[in-house]
Amino acid sequence: MYTAAKYKLQANMNKISTIIQREYLSRVRKKSFIVMTLLGPILLASLMIAPVIVTKLSDRQYKVAIVDHTHLFYDRFRDTNNFLFTGLSGSIDRAIELMHEGRFDAVLHIPEIAFEAPSSLRLFSEKATNLNAKIHIENILRQEFENLKLEAAGIDRGVLLGIDTPLSIAAIRIKKDGLEQTDYPEISLALGIISGILIYIFIFLFGSQVLRGVMEEKTSRIVEIIVSSVKPFQLMMGKIIGVGLVGLTQFLIWIVLTFAIVGTVRTAAPGLFRFTPDEQVYLTTSQVLNPQEMQERMEAVQQANTPAGQVIKGLMAINFPVMIGAFIFYFLGGFLLYSALFAAIGAAVDSEADTQQFMFPVTIPLIFSIIMAQMVMLNPSGPVAFWLSVIPLTSPVIMMVRIPFGVPYADLIISAVCLVAGFIFSTWLAGKIYRTGILMYGKKASYAELWKWIRHH
Amino acid sequence: MNNIFQAEHITKNYNQFCALDDVSITVPEQSIFGLLGPNGAGKTTLIRIINQIIAPDAGRLFYSGIPLKPEHVQQIGYLPEERGLYKKMKVGEQAVYLARLKGLDAAEARKQLRTWFEKFDLTHWWNKKVEELSKGMQQKVQFIVTVLHRPKLLIFDEPFSGFDPINVNLLKQEILKLRKEGATIIFSTHNMGSVEELCDYIALINKSKKILDGSVEAIRKEYSGHLFQVEMDMNKPMTPSMLDSRFELIGTTMKNGISRARIRSDGHSTPNELLGQLMNISQVLSFNELIPSMNDIFIKHVTGHFPVNNEDSTE
Repeated sequence: MYTAAKYKLQANMNKISTIIQREYLSRVRKKSFIVMTLLGPILLASLMIAPVIVTKLSDRQYKVAIVDHTHLFYDRFRDTNNFLFTGLSGSIDRAIELMHEGRFDAVLHIPEIAFEAPSSLRLFSEKATNLNAKIHIENILRQEFENLKLEAAGIDRGVLLGIDTPLSIAAIRIKKDGLEQTDYPEISLALGIISGILIYIFIFLFGSQVLRGVMEEKTSRIVEIIVSSVKPFQLMMGKIIGVGLVGLTQFLIWIVLTFAIVGTVRTAAPGLFRFTPDEQVYLTTSQVLNPQEMQERMEAVQQANTPAGQVIKGLMAINFPVMIGAFIFYFLGGFLLYSALFAAIGAAVDSEADTQQFMFPVTIPLIFSIIMAQMVMLNPSGPVAFWLSVIPLTSPVIMMVRIPFGVPYADLIISAVCLVAGFIFSTWLAGKIYRTGILMYGKKASYAELWKWIRHH
Repeated sequence: MNNIFQAEHITKNYNQFCALDDVSITVPEQSIFGLLGPNGAGKTTLIRIINQIIAPDAGRLFYSGIPLKPEHVQQIGYLPEERGLYKKMKVGEQAVYLARLKGLDAAEARKQLRTWFEKFDLTHWWNKKVEELSKGMQQKVQFIVTVLHRPKLLIFDEPFSGFDPINVNLLKQEILKLRKEGATIIFSTHNMGSVEELCDYIALINKSKKILDGSVEAIRKEYSGHLFQVEMDMNKPMTPSMLDSRFELIGTTMKNGISRARIRSDGHSTPNELLGQLMNISQVLSFNELIPSMNDIFIKHVTGHFPVNNEDSTE
């Protein structure tokens, strides 16, 4: 008896795995899958790298000629990676001529009255003005003008720097066990909404693949042949698992390739990602710094506070294993829950046009969770956030929004248990509709009809 | 003779609609069994129950004498009425897939398929997508998939619909060959003429009830003996008054001085009694008993009398 039962189980498992294989391979081999799988990481990686490149990596040095009729400022412009400054004596017309000859990209004119009337300053260029150059020059001149004014007022710049306190509150979370952790709410916000949207897209994308797959089997009538070999429930589960694995494969390839691309760029251009670590940036009152040191640190703070610096810092702070693990769990849970319902819809209808009336109520909770995500972001540990991350229909999206902010283990466990219970229930419900629906033709399914199918047996 | 399949008192309701009402059939081994009846009679429901696609509300099913179990699907081959395959999937790959679902391993399936593909002239289509095949070729693929795992029991729902006459013949030959090799075949069709020549046993189903079953021979015998066609050497049509009340004249024609007539007897009289009456009228040129077709028998059962064939009558 025991061996017979074992053999039976084995045979059933073999059949399900045959179905999973077909569902998986037929999708993974599609051109659209390969294209999406390769494009995704490129997009994600460029999302991470682009801001860095934009701010750090200029194509070439921008040559600026300075015609300084005050003779006070031309030697204050130091060459940088991005800018090359040349002081020119003589008329502004001559300098502009040189620019047209291609010797310079821009000409900065500092007229004699510049200090008294800063609006008389001019930056000429042949092509469209380089905004970075303009901002850079403005910063230098502003500082120089200030210095002059300070000197005139008899105030030492070092003293002033000591007064001017750059202020940025470091948000620290203290857990009960005393562990401290620096928060990057902006980064958590971005990360939360990105993973929330990603999970929404993944569930929709692969859920509708299940729907189309079921409809294909029903409308092509092959389903009758298949259910003469396997149980309808096995076919449904085989399809759902197969498609789910496709989604998982795509996600994992995305993650691996994204990190590979970012890693490659990092090793190829190490300077790109080098920022002064923030610990050294914050001014320590206990330490007396001379003005020179002070200024260097200030610059470091400024640099670290550029958008690119923020992104890098934030990215470093992300707990990727937790994020990826949570994403996989909530994707699978949410996918199993919704795709079972999608499978039931696919089985209940005869044509694509009929899916609408059933798709609408099923997708409402998903769309609702994306809308609510914005509210959850603002208060990630509030009651709305809690309840929406417990209800299985909304928890995949909402929990992904919450996780970057840190979620108590108790919340996570409740949410996970509810999600598992949710998909077991939806699969059971869907199985009942599916079993009857796939063999029913020409009868327009109504909600009353579906209810009968569920109650039958 | 052993029975490979038995269904006892099968009842199936869909909500308020009764699809099968106390239907029992017995299918002897290595026979061709016809499940006949008009569209909507309940044939497909019965076939789905045999295939364990749906469960009956009441009744019992036996395969080779033991209660039908899920494992038995491996010994059953099913060709549904509405045929379909995955359109985007390659022909060979798909055939292997369906064979694996029936429990064959991939290598064995491939080996068997090659032989069948050769026989049906499909070898070049192995790597083509199903949608590139003509409808006839798709049907061939489907037939191959149905028989590939060498099922002991084959179930064909309207097997010849969609095939051209040449392929219908090819199919009939294959089916007879399968039976010779030991398989049992259950046919279902509403077109009763098409399987009459093939079937050993039949069951007639109408409006969810079985109305008749048994061997084709026995049924024919039972329903014969009532209808006769005679040719008389006389130059006027026969009239009812020439025969006594036990015999009914249902059609007469005159041609080249020969009077032809169809006569129905009341079922209690012997052919000799009729012949005796005819001999008193005129010279009898020919006297034939008309064997009713399954179609006639079905119509007789449903309407209560044989269809009147008026094609060669004058009245």
